[in-house]
Formats: sequence, C-alpha cells, structure tokens
Amino acid sequence: MGGAHELTAAQAAGEIAAGSLSAAELFEAYRARAAADAAAGEHGLNCFTWVAEHAPRDGAAAAAPLAGVPLAVKDLFCTEGVPSQSGSRILAGYLPPYTATVVRALAAAGAPLLAKTNQDEFAMGSSNENSAFGPVRNPWDRRRVPGGSSGGSAAAVAAGLAPWALGTDTGGSIRQPAALCGIVGLKPTYGAVSRYGMIAFASSLDQAGPLTRDVRDAALALRHMVGRDPCDATSLAFPEEIAEPAAERLDGVRLGVPEELTGEGIEAGVLDRFNAALASAEELGAQIEQVRLPHAPHALSAYYVIAPAEASSNLARFDGVRYGLRAASSSKADGDGDLIGMYTRTRHDGFGAEVKRRIMLGTYALSSGYYDAYYGRAQRVRTKIAEDFRAAFAQVELILTPTAPSVAFGLGEKTSDPLAMYLNDFCTVPMSLAGIPAISIPCGLSQGLPVGLQIAAPAFAENRLLDAAHALERALAFDSAVAHV
Amino acid sequence: MASLARLALAEEEIEPMARELSAVLEHVARIGELDLEGVAPTSHVVEVTGALRPDEPRPCLPREVALAQAPAVADDGFLVPSPQA
Repeated sequence: MGGAHELTAAQAAGEIAAGSLSAAELFEAYRARAAADAAAGEHGLNCFTWVAEHAPRDGAAAAAPLAGVPLAVKDLFCTEGVPSQSGSRILAGYLPPYTATVVRALAAAGAPLLAKTNQDEFAMGSSNENSAFGPVRNPWDRRRVPGGSSGGSAAAVAAGLAPWALGTDTGGSIRQPAALCGIVGLKPTYGAVSRYGMIAFASSLDQAGPLTRDVRDAALALRHMVGRDPCDATSLAFPEEIAEPAAERLDGVRLGVPEELTGEGIEAGVLDRFNAALASAEELGAQIEQVRLPHAPHALSAYYVIAPAEASSNLARFDGVRYGLRAASSSKADGDGDLIGMYTRTRHDGFGAEVKRRIMLGTYALSSGYYDAYYGRAQRVRTKIAEDFRAAFAQVELILTPTAPSVAFGLGEKTSDPLAMYLNDFCTVPMSLAGIPAISIPCGLSQGLPVGLQIAAPAFAENRLLDAAHALERALAFDSAVAHV
Repeated sequence: MASLARLALAEEEIEPMARELSAVLEHVARIGELDLEGVAPTSHVVEVTGALRPDEPRPCLPREVALAQAPAVADDGFLVPSPQA
C-alpha cells in the first residue's frame, strides 16, 4: 500500500502546493514512521538521534518553494536549542545557541527540521559504527552497515523515514553511504555551500550536501543551499542558478573512465554493474573514453594525512571548558587535579577509539620534524591530483567510477582493521582532495545489495553533473521500493 | 605524542593504538616514493580572491548565552581547575 512517505520531496511539494496533501499531515506521517522504527528496537535502523515533537506551527510553509516538506539533518549541523553532538560523547547534552546556515536556508525555503541523524563520531568513519549512539543498520539488510559517515541520513532516506536529508562529505561521507543504501548523494564543489554551523572535521575538505531519493530532489535541495555566506570566508557565490535537471539523452557527451579507479580492489559484482552503466550511457549517445589520473592511487595516503592533521587541530576545542562533557575531577592527592589533567581525562572519556586514532595520527603528522615528510608532502600530492583532474577534464566532460569498492559489508566486519575500513574511500577521496563536485546514483544490485555509480565534474559544473545523472537515472531505472519497509 | 594531543590513554589502549598507527603510517609512507620536486603544496583548493571583509564591529553572542553550555561557570567566566593545583 502506498503512502505519503513514498513520494519524493519534489512530488510531495507538488501535492502540498496543489492542496491534495497537507504539510502538517506529511510531517506527522514521518513522525509516526520514526516512532515505529524506534519502537522496533534492535530491528529498527537507529538512524535518528532526535525527532521533532510536533510539526512547525507556521502555516505559511505551503507557499514557500519547498512547501513544508520535512528535512532530516546530520547530527553535526548545529541546530538552535536542539541536541547537536556530532555523534560524540564529548558533546553530550550540547544545545547550540545558533543554527547552521544551510539548515536555516532550507527552513526558510520551506523545509522544516524533522530529525537529526546518526553518524560516525565527528564524521570519522565509513560504516557508521563509530557513533556514541550505536551503529545504524542498512535498510536493505539489517546485519549490514549503511556506510558512513552520513549513515543515518542515507538509511533514513532509503527506508522512507525522511523524504530527504542533509549530510556532509569529507572523503566520501555522503556518496559512499548513498551508494550502500541505494539512494542519491551529492557532494558539491568545495566552497559552493556554507560550512557555518557544521561541527568541523577537516576544514579544507568538509562540504554539506543532500541525500535524496532521486536526482531531481538533489538539484532542488542544492538550489537552496549554494551561495556566499558572510559567516564562512571559504564560501563562494555560485556562478549560476541550479536548474531542474531535464536531460534524457547524452548525445555527444564525452565520459571519462580512469583505469586507476576502475580496476584492482573493486569487487567483481560492483565492476559488472559499473560496466553495465557505461553500456547504458553509450546507448544514450555518450562517448566513453579512457582517461588517466596517475596520482589517484596515492589520494588515500594523502587524505589520511591531511584529514587527521586538520582534525587534530579542529578537535582541540573539545577540552571540557566551554561545552559538553567534563571529566569528574580526581582527588588532588594523586596530583591529577590540575588543568591539563582535566583536559586529558575529558578527552579520554569523551572521544571514541577512531577519533583518538585520528587525533594521534594528525598530531604526529604535524609534529616538528615530521611535518615536511607527511603534511607538506601530502599537500603536494594534493596539487598533483587536482592537476590530473584538470588534464582529464580537458579531454572529457565528466568522469565515471564506481562509488565504493564493494556493496554494504557486515556490521563488525572491518572494525578491527582501520586500514581495511579506510580503503572504502578509495574512489571518493580523489574528488574531495581536488575540491570538485561528485554524485552517487544507484546503478543496480550485486548480491541483492545496491551498487553506486559515481559521476564527477569540474568545479562549479553541478548543472552539467545533475543533467547527466538525471539521464542515467532514467535509463538505469533502479527500483528502490524494496527498502521502504 | 598523547600528551601533545592532550589525550590520556589507558594502559590497555597503548599497544593497539601503536600497532594500528604503524599500519596506517606504513601505508601513507607510499607518498614518499613520488617525485614531488618543484610541486607547490595546495593551500586552498578553489581560487578565492578578495575574501576580506570590512573590519566593522558587529554584535556577538551575549555573555549568558555563551556561558549557558559550559560545565562550570563563575563570575561571568568559564570555571576551570587551577593550573597550579
């Protein structure tokens, strides 16, 4: 039986605007679905950390462009008076005094806050198992991970628990969970969207973006997210309006396939779906060409220096002084009752294992005597990776790869081996380092689980990216209804 | 390293941490093989010009709002243990 939760955000907005659905009813329907999932306990998805108690009372929403279609938002976006702890114990009970610019912008456009979504602690993870709120389960198979770090946002959208959601992507944290949950996830150009009010992980890489049921919804959300924000000096005016994607053909469009990201290390079933998607693109009139990204195989190494280095600096602010957790003071007799002792014990108690690992890694990479060998070198590799993409985009309009090297893996399967976990980001990290936009769309099933197709474009070519994704989405005709349970 | 990071580690956390960090460092050390002579490090990934704004005073968070989330406050400030204790 169908229900309002099966509508895409654009469809729901259309029905509300036409008067055949009320925004308040839609909001209540989603609240009821969240309550049912929470009541399912171990069988539920654990994708929300907070759900709104009532629909917004402002009746004017229906006249706004997004018509009152509710939005789920990753926990790390600050929301005034609403718990925001980036999946960490160290921010337990934190109620921000302000709201992130993108959340405000979408609310102003008529998308009120429905829920906050579970995530890997401080967005560090590829499985959503590093959360103070416990792991999120994949709606396609609850014994498997949803991907991460925006795992709660991806699972909620895939399971019909939210029409759409916001996530953040530092090295793949929107695209990889979107792939593993069979939905659409878009990481915009670095600087296209304000980072103000996002609890920072790695500031030179972090970008907010939408997780949606289809490409049209991704464009609709992005249209209201982009733009220069005086509160974020790295944000930029977007050069054009984000259009509604309409392309049905790809005639004459040159699509590049980099051999470095489409061979070794990619699961056979994933490659099979990827190659089938390339065949579909050719049927739509596209020309497939080989391109080279010679430094892409080194992207993961550079990323796992740069991101932890920036994280170790960003996370220095969590010290038990201004917000969140403070470790109980120990007796003065053991000499540990001092200020430094309070810092170190608070951080010991408040951070999870993966966050501690990355803080240590980043502190090491930035420390005197190692800076040039690690951080300095990684930033040079980053320059080479960006040059590789520029050269490739002189030859082709878009670049295609699988989003993730495998389908969703089992809960607990990779938690004991950080390096194996990091390899999930192999195909997504190069685009993050180059600051360019990339989208993941579902391109079929392998072992009964969704496979994601990643499409990347030059900086600020989001309209080109969305148009091609739209044409391919139509041709691939992925059926996501199975996860709406 | 842990004291530089202001991080207390329990005895049983030290061995796995050292082992896992060694494995990751071994992997990232591969960037040492690349010839990066004369390559400039990336300082910012997209071109930004004129990001400066006029230096004008603007209202900020009221003191009581800034203090509201603190674990301990005293005399309109954040209360912390004495560094000399």
